[in-house]
Amino acid sequence: MPYVSNEEAKAAVQDRAGIPPAPSRLARIVDSDMFHSFLRSKVTVVAACGTLILFLLAFLAPWVAPHNPFDLASISILDARVPPVWMEYSDPRFLLGTDDQGRDILSAIFYGMRISLIVGFCSVAAAATIGITLGLVAGYMGGRVDAVIMRIADVQLTFPAILIALLIDGVAAGIFGSIDREVFAFYILIVSLALSFWVQYARTVRGSTMVEKNKEYVQAARVIGIPSVTIMARHILPNVMGPVMVIATINLALAIVTEATLSFLGVGMPPTQPSLGTLIAIGNDFLYSGEWWIAIFPGLALALLVLNVNLLGDWLRDALNPKLR
Amino acid sequence: MIGFAARRLLQAMIVMLVVALLAFTMFRFVGDPINQMVGIETSLEEREALRERLGLNDPIPVQFLRFITQAAQFDFGTSYQFRQPVSELFAKRIPATLELSFASALFALVVGIPMGIYAGLNRESAISKLFLSVSLIGISLPTFFIGILLIFLFSVTLQWLPSFGRGEVVQVGSWWTTGFLTLSGLKALILPSITLGLYQMTLIMRLIRAEMLEVIRTDYIKFARARGLPDRLVNFRHALKNTLVPVITITGLQLGAIIAFATITETVFQWPGMGLMFLQAVQNVDIPIMSAYLLLTAFLFVAINFIVDILYFFIDPRLRVGRP
Repeated sequence: MPYVSNEEAKAAVQDRAGIPPAPSRLARIVDSDMFHSFLRSKVTVVAACGTLILFLLAFLAPWVAPHNPFDLASISILDARVPPVWMEYSDPRFLLGTDDQGRDILSAIFYGMRISLIVGFCSVAAAATIGITLGLVAGYMGGRVDAVIMRIADVQLTFPAILIALLIDGVAAGIFGSIDREVFAFYILIVSLALSFWVQYARTVRGSTMVEKNKEYVQAARVIGIPSVTIMARHILPNVMGPVMVIATINLALAIVTEATLSFLGVGMPPTQPSLGTLIAIGNDFLYSGEWWIAIFPGLALALLVLNVNLLGDWLRDALNPKLR
Repeated sequence: MIGFAARRLLQAMIVMLVVALLAFTMFRFVGDPINQMVGIETSLEEREALRERLGLNDPIPVQFLRFITQAAQFDFGTSYQFRQPVSELFAKRIPATLELSFASALFALVVGIPMGIYAGLNRESAISKLFLSVSLIGISLPTFFIGILLIFLFSVTLQWLPSFGRGEVVQVGSWWTTGFLTLSGLKALILPSITLGLYQMTLIMRLIRAEMLEVIRTDYIKFARARGLPDRLVNFRHALKNTLVPVITITGLQLGAIIAFATITETVFQWPGMGLMFLQAVQNVDIPIMSAYLLLTAFLFVAINFIVDILYFFIDPRLRVGRP
């Protein structure tokens, strides 16, 4: 008998019984409620395209940017402070002009957006990891562990995230000293953002965990002696992830803004690895002497990025929340 | 009522204790306080003597207790960078921050409430839609970039308003300085308070709009219209009054956010307030100022939260039912 794979066998049986083949994954997505609600909202489609384009420009920066602003051999101080092409004394090589060191603004924006996005994604992932873990433990264990974790969350919720991030940055600078600060800036930034934003995840996950842990499948798992850690990670976690995805999307925009603010205030990314916030901070010094393009274009790029991600997040929240339908 | 207030007070005190513990840990363990206070040429014996005199050799709980007692009397130690008592430095800068926060809260309320009422009553009009799109952009623009745009437009290009500082200030009483009494002080206040209050303005506008849309659908409004009461009376006396409850809560809670975000606005406009000092302290690792700022803002937030909770109790009679 010739070898028949499982799929082929299944297809043959379905064929004979007259059952239509199960739709492919792509077809399922296209036919889903969410995809319909996505297409219905024109703003969301535009925002999704905008986000996609910005993400591509950022992550493909080394290939799509007209110059490499960090290649010291290719930049020249003679090209410093060239205005955008539609103004007088401009240079056709630099579409949006150059900064004080002769770096092309457009390329710097692509590279800066990449750093902003990487910091944003990493800090959201870190915050979600901390929040989900603590939320699972608090919800599953209950009792004193729960009380301690949630009291800490309450205290932290009293403060705006930006203040906490600033404080952590200051303390980290005190521990590492100013030289190491530049080396560790990226990690310090992610830790401070993660520690400022974890509370929301923890509260949400704790709430859903408390509902899930009384369901039969968890009790069954406990009866057959599966350890608590495995139950939390393998059984409960997949069932509480839905709301976490929504919070993560909305928090991505918030994390990008907070990162930009910290960098603008001089405690985030250093000028050697500039994010959009650092670029605006650099340009701010030249605003008064009329070189407005150094600060304004990175700012507009930041606003565009945040607006698009915000619109996507709003739609996702409404689409996944059946109460609002 | 008294039980409710007492429970909230206890919670507030626990929060303050936790924050004080954090501030103390920062103060005591980030960097060596002695190294920051003395020069390089100070001998080991002198350092040890200073350590003993400041009580840094005492058991940690004793030190913590002393830290709390001193903080309660507004003694936060000496700043590393200015070599002055932290409490004096704060006293000099508190008026600037409070005046800025007050002006931006006023801006948010005075502009946000009428916009919200209009957008709620005329849901389909083009102006309402414009308000909503503008508010979406306002939420997406980071505070510091709004400040930069305003400076670029009104200070650099049009040269109407100053871009930094408080202008001329007048001394009132023994330590309060105010910019409200001079023309240059008022002019200097305009751009920073718009920057700081814009987010709160959009928030209040959206909140009032949503509440208005909800309230005008209710039966008592329909009944008031059926009785033939004039629109103005129905809209303002009946509808608006009932939308204000959440607005008061949000305004109270946002007051804390305003004071925190003043850090950013003060940096953009070089406004000589607490936030600017805090930021310089973060950049220069001036731990005493950082821990004092942490304690002060924590106290403000906790106090505001407490007052809002109590106010809510008075404003909304429904809360009083079913509570011990």
